Amino acid sequence: MIDFGYGISPSSAINLERFDRARFDRLCAEEPDVLKCMACGSCAASCPTAGHGNMNLRKVILLLGRGCDSDALAMTRSCMLCGKCLLVCPRGINTRHLILSINKIYK
Amino acid sequence: MEPKNQQKNIVVIGGGPAGIEASRTLDSLGYTVFLIEKEDRLGGHLARWDRLFPYGTPAGDVLGQMTASMGRVKWFTGTEVTQLNRLERGYNIILSNGMSVLADALLLTTGFSLFDASRKEEYGYGIYDRVITNADLEDWFSGIPVPAIDSPRRIGFVHCVGSRDEKVGNRYCSKVCCATAVKQACEIKEKFPDAVVYCFYMDLRMFGRGYEDMYLEAQKKYGIIFVRGRVSEVSEDKDGHLFVKAEDTLAGKPLRVTLDLLVLMAGMTRNTAVAPIVRALELSTMEDGFLKPKDSMTQAQSSYAAGIFYAGACTGPKTIPDTVAEAKAAAMSINEYLRDND
Repeated sequence: MIDFGYGISPSSAINLERFDRARFDRLCAEEPDVLKCMACGSCAASCPTAGHGNMNLRKVILLLGRGCDSDALAMTRSCMLCGKCLLVCPRGINTRHLILSINKIYK
Repeated sequence: MEPKNQQKNIVVIGGGPAGIEASRTLDSLGYTVFLIEKEDRLGGHLARWDRLFPYGTPAGDVLGQMTASMGRVKWFTGTEVTQLNRLERGYNIILSNGMSVLADALLLTTGFSLFDASRKEEYGYGIYDRVITNADLEDWFSGIPVPAIDSPRRIGFVHCVGSRDEKVGNRYCSKVCCATAVKQACEIKEKFPDAVVYCFYMDLRMFGRGYEDMYLEAQKKYGIIFVRGRVSEVSEDKDGHLFVKAEDTLAGKPLRVTLDLLVLMAGMTRNTAVAPIVRALELSTMEDGFLKPKDSMTQAQSSYAAGIFYAGACTGPKTIPDTVAEAKAAAMSINEYLRDND
């Protein structure tokens, strides 16, 4: 193939049709508090991996709800399960259990 | 109750919740009250609504309670004000039924108009069959057939239609649509449990008591999916499904989805039917066209003109409890005015 110096990059658009409702429902059954997230970003702000990895629990929850499962799962790779986000979450979400559940259900 | 109050006439224009509540209160204070409503029934927009947020109270029950005891209030439906004249003391009001009333005070409870959603052409109301408004959906909840609602599996709600929109001249927030959308999303999910329901919002303004709980329940119990981003355009595919584009502003990515039904949350706009009254009495309006009270803090029920008062959504978008409270407050303001000017 001729290298033109540029190419077509895959679309980064969210297609809501890709959202796997059954799988998300399984996550909700495992950790119902996932639905309580109000996207405040406290978890991401307190995360010690900030600047070192791309872990952002707010975004993980959001991406799972948008059908971007592999992006979400990849993010959790840098999580150390330290539990700081659990301390700061204003909704009292058991974030550690949530992250473990995500890894179990979306693996 | 002062017996001489009965000799004082008060004309209330607009028979929605504000007009009804104010009339009843003024009646209990002993005044002679004339309530004028141009439609054929009392209740205004409330009469068209099925249930109210945040607890799902039937609108008919609320209206029924309000109109159960109208006391000596003389109310006229299907009647309009044809002429208004300022007198040395009070006002002369001529009605379409031929009546003429000398009013010592005048209360405007003329409410709002629902934003005409077809003005936002990009959403396709009036163009695509499966785009409806919040009011259409309430009709359907009340049992009136709406052909667009045909076992939808994917349903979307668009918040802020005609609100926070400078291009249509409405910079303000209509206040009630957020909570209405969440309420309606839960209700339609109850009717179609297998459907996926999305709400497209910019901010969710859950300011009232019980609203935040309703919003949480929408997510936890009903599984409503909230997407932060304004729908930018809607198009129709060959089968009549709706192709919707928005930005998911939390993910920072463009978003696409195909829907079977789209509900537009039309906001509140000024009631244009009040324009002749505004002109005749030289009343002040704000830049968005709602009536301007004398002071937004302490004299929110008073106009700049002596003896003319306001209550309810004629001065801006309001909830039912706000409106009822304002109606009571207006009645007390009128009582004070008439006492001081005796």
